[in-house]
Amino acid sequence: MPSSPEIVLEVRDLRVHFPVMAGAVMRKQVGSVKAVDGVSFDVRRGETLGLVGESGCGKSTTGLAVLKMIDITSGQVVFEGQDITGVDRAHMRPIRRRMQMVYQDPFGSLNPRMKVSQIVGEPLEVHGLAGNRAAYNERVASLLDMVGLLPDMADRYPHEFSGGQRQRIGIARALALEPSLIICDEPVSALDVSIQAQVVNLFQEIQERMGLTYIFIAHDLAVVRHISHRIAVMYLGRIVEIASRAELYKEPLHPYTQALLAAIPIPDPDVEASRPQQIITGEVPSAMRPPPGCRFHTRCPRVMDVCKTETPPMREMPGGRAVACHLYD
Amino acid sequence: MGAPLLSVKHLSTEFRTERGTVKAVDDVSFDLQAGETLAIVGESGSGKSVTAMSILRLIPNPPGRITSGEVVFDGQDLLKLDDHAIRAIRGNRIAMIFQEPMSSLNPSLTVGLQIAEPINLHRKTPWAKAMDMAAELLARVRLPDAKSRVKSYPHQFSGGMRQRGMIAMALACQPQLIIADEPTTALDVTVQAQILALLKEVTRAANSALILITHDLGVVARYADRVCVMYGGRIVEAGPAREIYARPKHPYTIGLMASIPRLDQEAGQRLVPIEGQPPNLAKLPPGCAFAPRCRRAADLCRTERPPLVQSAPDHLSACHFHAQLA
Repeated sequence: MPSSPEIVLEVRDLRVHFPVMAGAVMRKQVGSVKAVDGVSFDVRRGETLGLVGESGCGKSTTGLAVLKMIDITSGQVVFEGQDITGVDRAHMRPIRRRMQMVYQDPFGSLNPRMKVSQIVGEPLEVHGLAGNRAAYNERVASLLDMVGLLPDMADRYPHEFSGGQRQRIGIARALALEPSLIICDEPVSALDVSIQAQVVNLFQEIQERMGLTYIFIAHDLAVVRHISHRIAVMYLGRIVEIASRAELYKEPLHPYTQALLAAIPIPDPDVEASRPQQIITGEVPSAMRPPPGCRFHTRCPRVMDVCKTETPPMREMPGGRAVACHLYD
Repeated sequence: MGAPLLSVKHLSTEFRTERGTVKAVDDVSFDLQAGETLAIVGESGSGKSVTAMSILRLIPNPPGRITSGEVVFDGQDLLKLDDHAIRAIRGNRIAMIFQEPMSSLNPSLTVGLQIAEPINLHRKTPWAKAMDMAAELLARVRLPDAKSRVKSYPHQFSGGMRQRGMIAMALACQPQLIIADEPTTALDVTVQAQILALLKEVTRAANSALILITHDLGVVARYADRVCVMYGGRIVEAGPAREIYARPKHPYTIGLMASIPRLDQEAGQRLVPIEGQPPNLAKLPPGCAFAPRCRRAADLCRTERPPLVQSAPDHLSACHFHAQLA
């Protein structure tokens, strides 16, 4: 990567709060789920930023908010130099050409009544880039080729494909508009183990070939670490640590990152036998009533008094990494 | 080693489907010693869950049917027992833990009652005493505030708490064998680790054997003594966990290990995927089911099904070329 890499996406203090309503007749807001609560990060051109965390940490909501597919409560999203936070729906359309999404569920995200050629080509039609029939067919064929599918598959329907092939169709659709940023939300977690590697490799090949930038969202830290250049670890709506993939494993700073790494078994009995097994207790608290101070303090093995009252700010650390923990005050 | 606690011999289970008869489990044999943890590893459709369900005769008929084999548990063939006798075994001497605790708990009964039920049923323990034992069991699986939680309903529990409840229920009658089918797949990573460590600890304390059904090679490495790898309804490799990881003797196992990212690996290496798709059980090839995806496949593999044979001491492989695999 060059010394001053171009920033493709800047997210500043992003908050997404969902209102919680109660009452059948007199509906009123009784609270809010702070799904994303003050998240900031940059994504550089050509890199993969991994967003990892357990359910309810806000990783998927962050992805949807960046695409403006849900309402942003506050904060700022700057994409390719343009502040898109306040851009309305109509003006988002040309911007969306540049940022696309690949979904988790390869079964639910493809319309079963559409042929593969229609699914992959639909973005071209929506954005008025379809051209004449021959050009359209050629474009679809080249997109299918790019993701390792055969041209004669264009006339088939999604049910004729396996999970891995369907995910390839989803990737081809995301590539149709030549985006610069693709947000991948758990793109391999529904796939069989032996198929995951095929799709992970495809993502990497396409990135190298087309210079794409990815945000890769997943709960499986081993997969995220494999594909990402940098990783942001999230917990209950906040980022607790951002580090390069090498540092994150070698020297995790935040106690939650340490706990997450310790929880994941390594597929080697000899390594496992010699690994200290420090498993943290408890479960993730409700995002409707997050703990005050550091949100991890209820489960943290190194909790101090200050953690229970004061929110630790994101602190820059040597080596271009950052951590939000009072241990590093 | 004495007689095994469980000996599955030539077990086959079929399902009748619209696309013809599917052999979900095909000639599966393995032994399990008392107190041992056996992992059955495989991907979706490999037959690992159907094997587990067949042991307890939980296969819905129709469409399913156990067509042949023996399941010898503590000296008696479970497949020959009448319905009354198998019910006396289920939840008593063999307990099962399922993947989805929410759908395997009754939502309209308290958790305590559901844990006490097998104690009352199998041991004829009076309800009041059985409820006290349920509270003790919930404390043993380290459910916070166990005494008052006995009266809670499943919906008042989180996913991890429900699975603790399921483990308490499985332990209720001190079974000799617990079968856990993907017990943590629906849980968060940190909770997964808690539940598996708990399961291992309580089975060890009670000297119960454990069959752990999973697709996760990391989980197998951390918890299993022995491993059966299944593919296309058959066991393709079996042996002690350390041996299988150190010297895998089947191209499918070798392929799986190369295709998963490891946390302790240098970052930035390419994964080596297994090409192709998992097999369609209704249309299995005549030879080795893995042959269409195998880099080493020869003509023999496409015509003749490889038998499961001894490849090294205590290490079985169903590959024609097991001897050539380094």
